[in-house]
Amino acid sequence: MTVPLSYYLTLSAILFALGVLAFIIKRNIITIFMSIELMLNAVNLSFVAFAAHWKQLSGQIFVFFVMVVAAAEAAVGLAIIIAVFRTRDTLNVDDVNLLKL
Amino acid sequence: MPIQQYILIALVKIAIALFVLLTACAYVVLAERKLIARMQNRWGPTRVGPFGFLQPLADGLKFILKEDIIPSHVYRPLYIAAPMLSLTLALTSVALIPIGQAIPLGGASIPLQITDVNIGLLIILGITSVGVYGIALAGWSSNSKYSLLGSLRASAQMISYELALGLSLIGVLIGAGSFSLREIVNSQAGYHWNLWYRGQVFAFFIYVMAAFAETNRVPFDLPEAETELVAGYHTEYSAMKFAMFFVAEYANMFTVACLATLLFLGGWDGPVFGPGWLHVLLPVVWFVVKILFFIFLYIWIRGTLPRFRYDQLMAFGWKFLLPLALANIVVTSLVIGLQGR
Amino acid sequence: MHLALFLIFGALAVASAVNLVAQRHPINSALSLVVVMGSLAVLYLLLGAEFVAAIQVIVYAGAIMVLFIFVIMLLNAGEEERTRGSRVAMAVGIPGLIVLAGALMVSLSERNPAARDRVPVGAMFGPPVEVGRALFRQFLLPFEVTSILILIAIMGAVLLARYHAPHPPVARALDPDEAAELLEIAGTHGSATGARERARQEVRR
Repeated sequence: MTVPLSYYLTLSAILFALGVLAFIIKRNIITIFMSIELMLNAVNLSFVAFAAHWKQLSGQIFVFFVMVVAAAEAAVGLAIIIAVFRTRDTLNVDDVNLLKL
Repeated sequence: MPIQQYILIALVKIAIALFVLLTACAYVVLAERKLIARMQNRWGPTRVGPFGFLQPLADGLKFILKEDIIPSHVYRPLYIAAPMLSLTLALTSVALIPIGQAIPLGGASIPLQITDVNIGLLIILGITSVGVYGIALAGWSSNSKYSLLGSLRASAQMISYELALGLSLIGVLIGAGSFSLREIVNSQAGYHWNLWYRGQVFAFFIYVMAAFAETNRVPFDLPEAETELVAGYHTEYSAMKFAMFFVAEYANMFTVACLATLLFLGGWDGPVFGPGWLHVLLPVVWFVVKILFFIFLYIWIRGTLPRFRYDQLMAFGWKFLLPLALANIVVTSLVIGLQGR
Repeated sequence: MHLALFLIFGALAVASAVNLVAQRHPINSALSLVVVMGSLAVLYLLLGAEFVAAIQVIVYAGAIMVLFIFVIMLLNAGEEERTRGSRVAMAVGIPGLIVLAGALMVSLSERNPAARDRVPVGAMFGPPVEVGRALFRQFLLPFEVTSILILIAIMGAVLLARYHAPHPPVARALDPDEAAELLEIAGTHGSATGARERARQEVRR
């Protein structure tokens, strides 16, 4: 019993779309950041599904690099969020509309 | 092996493992109280049963019968879920730990392990790293400043020491060439224990230090530093919910001790002699003896060392253990590469 | 069996992702995201990518999301406020998303011959040894480059999150005149070094 590749890709697409949706409608800067992580995860799923489909390990290797970038991004992004919160006292992105701290 | 028999054997193994682990947790608590008491020139519990041997039963009964108070200001769903998460994750890792060779039983050979996964070590590391959630959520959902401070400390501490912990295992993994705990033990057979045979003394030291920090034990017990934070992340918990955190902490101690034994002390490797049944039993005995040595180490250190200050804790993890672990990786890989293996 | 597992964990992932969008409190969203990542790890196992599944749990669920929850707890983030000024985005975005999702569904559906290929599940072709070999031989340069990326990220995080007090505390060395002046204010006398020490304490206060 096998699962068609298209099922995995559809799931990945749904998750990615939900990530985009959250990115658009959420106002909390941390939640917006999390929706980026959700999109990255959705992309990872299709990478792994393609890797399994084409029997190529490089798909899995890509996932590692995505994870490394996500980790680096989380560290820097959360540091930025903390810096913004210290100066603005808010996490609402609508209130963070000046291009300076 | 038919599937029904397979499931039945697995269920029996799970039941035995859980029973043994929970009982061992209860008695390690007693042993800790007795030993600490003797180190401090006291007697410890003596009233319940001979030498206080029934004290764990009395404690358990008390935990069950006490009123389960849920403070009114907590965030209920997470407040209730957090201790369950902690306990579940702590008990799950036992499933992956082999405690001895396979035993022959009625024609079939039954491995003394609930499940043998080829990435067993990685899964245990994953379970440990997810275990932070129980503590973090407990502190946050309690809605109390002591709990929050405790869980903030705990999460920062566990993230920091996880790095050193993971890196300290790389030397062992390079030597064994596998993530399967059983194969790692087999690679150390014949007293070629990683501790000396592959020169992983420093890795062992780093692992033990980081593991102490991961389990929030003295001298790294800042998350529940009772002198400043009441009881840290479980300040607002009582009765069974508190007991769950308590048991989870001791189950984690056992997991750490098992891993240290499997990875550095050759697992069940030890002198085997006598008739056939002794050949099966002795490895398990050696394994248990090694684990008990670690548990004693925990208690001994608790009776000896004072608590770190928070900045000392972070500096120790990031500026001492982490560079040492990296240096260990470089040296180990160089040696193994030069040997041409 | 594999189909059932795929459906269960796929549905769990989608439900949690929907929950991420629906929840108002960031900590609930974060926990939903952890569930998404956990179910994706199971799907990776189904696809035979065992090492990726383990790394997914260790790195994503165990490190990155813990960092998120840590920041949420640290900043004591409360309930999210209602959105302001993004009605246009909602009005355009949601239909756009629906169209996009529909287009994806059609292109991936069974009727499309290219999508009928089956994934051979559970083939277990990506054991850690193979992954390591590919990572350290074929992809060695990208691997090394990512380490530099991580280093830069660490430095950036330290630089950004370092606490800048509104008025930096006095850390400059006092010159003796100033110290003496301060001591005069305090109405005490002493030796030069003692005065400096005293003055420093005075300033710190």
